[in-house]
Amino acid sequence: MIATFRDALRDGLRDALRADPRVFLMGEDVGRYGGSYAVSKGLLDEFGEARIRDTPLSEAAFVGAGIGAALNGLRPIVEIMTVNFSLLALDQIVNNAATWRHMSGGQVNVPVVIRMSTGAGRQLAAQHSHSLEVWYAHVPGLRVVAPATLEDARGMLRAALADPDPVVIFEHAQLLNVQGELPQTPSQVDIDHAAVRRPGRDVSLITYAGSLPKCLEAAQVLEADGIEAEVLDLRTLRPLDVGAITASVSRTRRALVVDEGWKTCSLAAEVMAGIVERCFYDLDAPPARVCSAEVPLPYAKHLEDAALPQVPRIVSAVKELLGHA
Amino acid sequence: MKADTDEALALLRQMLRIRRFEEACAALYGAGKIRGFLHLYIGQEAVAAGAMPALRADDSVLATYREHGHALARGVPMPVLMAEMFGRREGCSRGRGGSMHVFDAERRFFGGSAIVGGALPLAVGFALAERYNGSDRIVACFFGEGAVAEGVFHESMNLAALWKLPVLFLCENNLYAMGTALDRSESDTDLCEKARSYRVPAVSVDGMDVLAVREAIRSAAAQARSGAGPQFAELRTYRFRAHSMFDPELYRSKDEVAHWKERCPIAALERRLRAAAALDDARFEEIEQAVGREVAEAVAFAEAGTLEPVGDLTRDVYARAAGEAP
Repeated sequence: MIATFRDALRDGLRDALRADPRVFLMGEDVGRYGGSYAVSKGLLDEFGEARIRDTPLSEAAFVGAGIGAALNGLRPIVEIMTVNFSLLALDQIVNNAATWRHMSGGQVNVPVVIRMSTGAGRQLAAQHSHSLEVWYAHVPGLRVVAPATLEDARGMLRAALADPDPVVIFEHAQLLNVQGELPQTPSQVDIDHAAVRRPGRDVSLITYAGSLPKCLEAAQVLEADGIEAEVLDLRTLRPLDVGAITASVSRTRRALVVDEGWKTCSLAAEVMAGIVERCFYDLDAPPARVCSAEVPLPYAKHLEDAALPQVPRIVSAVKELLGHA
Repeated sequence: MKADTDEALALLRQMLRIRRFEEACAALYGAGKIRGFLHLYIGQEAVAAGAMPALRADDSVLATYREHGHALARGVPMPVLMAEMFGRREGCSRGRGGSMHVFDAERRFFGGSAIVGGALPLAVGFALAERYNGSDRIVACFFGEGAVAEGVFHESMNLAALWKLPVLFLCENNLYAMGTALDRSESDTDLCEKARSYRVPAVSVDGMDVLAVREAIRSAAAQARSGAGPQFAELRTYRFRAHSMFDPELYRSKDEVAHWKERCPIAALERRLRAAAALDDARFEEIEQAVGREVAEAVAFAEAGTLEPVGDLTRDVYARAAGEAP
C-alpha cells in the first residue's frame, strides 16, 4: 500500500499498543490534539486515556515518569515534541535512563522508548530545528536510532520496545510526508545494523534519517556522470554498525559522511574517526563530510537552505573526493 | 502496650544500627577504606527508621545520595551495604555505585540518586505503573528540602496530583541544602504550602521524634494506598555531621549544632523508654552489643570482599549487546 512516513510511524504505534498491554504512549498533545505532527492521530479513540496520555508541559517530569514506569514493569513510549525540548529532560535521560543499570550493578534495566522529532527544513528557526542526535549518541547506556525509510519508521518502534535498554528514536520532521510503498504485513527490522540503500563501487555516502533522501538523490545525479555512489543508511547511531561502515569504505576506498548536525564534534566526526582508525590504508582520499553550517538555524528560507546539507553540496563534495572537481 | 514497647524498641535498635554503621563508615573513610563522597545521615535516623515500617515489602522506595539509613531500615543487609562502600563485587551494587548509589531490587529499594530532585519523577513513574496495573502498592520517595528549589519537584508534584498517583513525597528538611540555609534559598520557607498549592495533602512532622514520624507516615501511607493520591510530609530534622567528608561547616554555628544534638532522636527515644520502664541499662547494652557485632561482621565481610575483574568493566551498561536477540 502507498503510505507516508507519518502513516508508518502511526502504524508502528498502533501495532505496539495492540500487541502488548504494558505499552502506553505519553507526551505533550499526543491525545486530543492528535500529536503535534499528527503522528498519534486517532489513537486516543482506539486506546483510551489510560494508554494515550496527554501530559503537562513538564518534559523532565514526564520523561522521568516514563523511566520510572519502565523500571516498574511497563513499556512506555514517551514522545517529546522536538529534540530542542528534550534538553529540558536531558538530566532524566542521561543521569537516570542511561545509568541505572550499571549503577545498580545490573539489578535493573530501563526498557523505555523515547521518541522525538529532529531536523530542520521548515523555517522553524533556532529553537525547533536542530539535530542533536549526537548528544545522545555520546552516552553509554542509551541506544539511539533514526529511521529513514517507511519500513524502519514502522518497525523500529517494535524493535525498540522489545529491547531491554532505553532507546531514543529520532524522527526527522522533513520525512513525515515522504510517500512510498509500505508492505501490508510489518517486517521484522533490527536496530543493530546499518543498511546499504544503494550499492556502488566508487564512493560511500554514509548518512542517516533526513539526509538519506538527499544522498540517494545525489547518487542519481552522480550516476549521470558515471560515478557509482554507495549509500549507507546508519539507522542506529549508537552503537554504530562499525562493521558495515568498514565493509563499505574498504570496498569503495572513499567516504563522504552526510550529517545534518553541526560539523564540530558531530556524529560525522565519529564516523570519520572510525574510518581513519580502521580503513586508513584502504583509502584513496581523505574522508570528507557535509554537515550543517555552524550557526543557530535561521528563519529565512534562503539562509536555512544555505545552512543545511543539500544535494549540490553532496555532489560537489563527492567530485572533489574523486578528483573531478 | 507490650506490642507498642516492642515496636519502640525495634525503632531504637534500627536507629542505633544506622548510627553505628555510619560512625564506622566515617572511621573507615579516615582510614582510606571508603572513598568518593560519603554523606552521613547521623541525626536524621528517626525519619528513615520511623517511616519505613509504614511500607509493605511490595511497595517501592526511592531515596537520595544520603541513603544508608533508608537502605538499612528497608532491610538491605548491612554486609552488602558495607561491601558497596568498599567498592567490592559483593556490594549490593557490585561496587558500581558506592555510597551514593545503593540499590537492592529484591527489596524494592531504588536508593541512590545523586542528582538533587532527580528521583522525584521516577517515583511518579513507579506509581503510574502501580495505578496502571490496578495494584494497591505505593511508592515512597525521600528527598531533602534542597530539592524543593528544583523545577522537577514542582513538575512531579503536579503530575502526581493530576493523575492521583500513590506517591509519598517525604521531604527531609534538615535546614541546609549542602551549605545554603532554607531561608537563603526559598522566598517562602513553608514547604507544606508548596505541596498544598498542588492540592497535595501535606503535614509537617517533628523528624527528631521517631514515634511521631511513624504515626504520620503510617497515616499518609494509608491515604495513598486507599486511592487518595499523593501525600507530602515535611520531616523537620537536622544533620549532625558535615554535608560530606569535605565540609568545614562555615555556614552554621557550633551552638546551633549543639542545640540540635540535644534533640538526638536516639537519646530522646531512649529517655522515653526508660521513663516508661521499658528499657534499662542491661537491655540497652544488649542492643548496643548486638548492633556492634553486626557492624563488625559487616566490616569483616567488606574487608574480605573481592574486586570486580577489570575485564568486566563494561558489563551491565546494556542488558542486551548489539547483535543479540532481545
